[in-house]
Amino acid sequence: MQCQVCNKRTATIHLTEITDGVRHEMHICEQCAAEQGIAAQSQMSINDLLSNLLASQPSDDELLGGGDEVSACPNCGFTLDRLQKEGTLGCPHDYEVFQHSLLPLIQHAHNGSTTHCGKVPSKVPHDTKKLVELSSLRQELERAIREEDYERAAELRDRMKQQE
Amino acid sequence: MKLTDISNDINDWFSGSGPLADIVVSSRIRLARNLAGHKFLHSCSIEEKSKILEQLKAVLMSLDLGDEVFYFSVDQAPALSRSFLVERHLISRHHAMAKGPRGVVIARREFFTAMINEEDHLRLQVLMPGCQLSACVEQIDRIDNDVEKHVDYAFNPRFGYLTACPTNLGTGIRVSVMLHMPALKMTGQIEKFLAAAKDMNLAVRGLFGEGSEATSDLYQISNQVTLGVSERSIVSNFESSIIPEMVEYEKIARRQLLAKQVDILDDKIARATALLQNANLISSQEALSLLSHLRLGLNMREHMQASTPAIDRLCALKNQNAGADPDRGLSIRTINRLFMLTLPAHLQLNYGKSLDAAHRDALRAKIIRQALHQPT
Repeated sequence: MQCQVCNKRTATIHLTEITDGVRHEMHICEQCAAEQGIAAQSQMSINDLLSNLLASQPSDDELLGGGDEVSACPNCGFTLDRLQKEGTLGCPHDYEVFQHSLLPLIQHAHNGSTTHCGKVPSKVPHDTKKLVELSSLRQELERAIREEDYERAAELRDRMKQQE
Repeated sequence: MKLTDISNDINDWFSGSGPLADIVVSSRIRLARNLAGHKFLHSCSIEEKSKILEQLKAVLMSLDLGDEVFYFSVDQAPALSRSFLVERHLISRHHAMAKGPRGVVIARREFFTAMINEEDHLRLQVLMPGCQLSACVEQIDRIDNDVEKHVDYAFNPRFGYLTACPTNLGTGIRVSVMLHMPALKMTGQIEKFLAAAKDMNLAVRGLFGEGSEATSDLYQISNQVTLGVSERSIVSNFESSIIPEMVEYEKIARRQLLAKQVDILDDKIARATALLQNANLISSQEALSLLSHLRLGLNMREHMQASTPAIDRLCALKNQNAGADPDRGLSIRTINRLFMLTLPAHLQLNYGKSLDAAHRDALRAKIIRQALHQPT
């Protein structure tokens, strides 16, 4: 595809901007983009966008308050070696107590995910609910970008702005 | 309500109705939930298990489900009754075999069941015929909200709903559909479907767990990832991508059978019909396999206007269970009814006493012969 600005070089940057539901597409070469300052002003690469998103993920401390490295759960006495034998944990607290040990397993079982996205019980405090909802939107946005579904990405970005 | 009140007929989810029912037999959604303030089941004392059971039983029995609801104590039930509940997919095999205080709440029309003290404290399940995952998720979400008004679920902002096994963590949702794939097997392409399911990160099981798919041609596919993807996203992925792709595989194989391998198709249906009409002894495995071919024949006539000598003869059979309308042809519902009612526990419960395998084979053959017998 040819650059829409110089009409000479191959377009390597493909911009999609959605404003008020109207989609605009632009295909330009790197040089013209730099000359026009487009890349720096209004757009960022998918990699940059993803790294920004990941950097803004809530930390463990924000969400859980950190987990202690202990050998047995103070609430139920469960030890991790039992997980291998029994296939289940001892009590809900084990997810916090053994968080660091469990993370690789959780990540492996859930295709790399370690953060909940979806339904939240109605009794959960409002702030927690908001935090989970933001995290859900952020994950959906990442997925939309990966799948190059920019309409959906724009819609999710707007919803995130409203929530923040 | 007694189990014999429901054992004489098939349940709604296996009635052969609903969208895409020629291939998608049923849709099911299950939610895993645990109560805050209690250990997970495996670490609970008998007293704690009883307390959880009583609390959840009282909550579930008070819900307005728009249907009569009854409770069944699984730990006190005889083995035959437990097997019957497994055959109807009202409880899991694990729940039937486990130990300690446990039970199940069942809606009379069997679209909803709740297992108490299975692997998690509560496993809610909604089952519907055909491809109806959106309706299933709506219904189970409503029931889950109603339960939550009375209990506190174990929930953590990072990991979501906390489950005994980390593989169910997050949403705790298991979405599955039961697919009838006989043409893929007949054309030797079932591996293609299994590989596609693996690529999509789906678990594949038979109607009654590992291994049973080979006989009934029924495959249950379900999501494995429950964390980091919302309930709606999982369901929408099934509806917009997974199910259409899987259904298309089977449709192509059915068209291929008609276009290029019609002799094989005709022979399979002819043999199945003749054996089922004449056998004096028939095992459960054989019945599942032969009835699968009859279901294929009827569906191919209805949805593809297929015509072979064997399909024409099959479609000319009168429905012995049509009641007021005896001239009606054999229906998918009748085939599914035979399929379910001749399973071992169903046979024995309806007969009123336990039977050894040889007697079951004779009784099964008799029931099927009578249903497919044509008065002259």
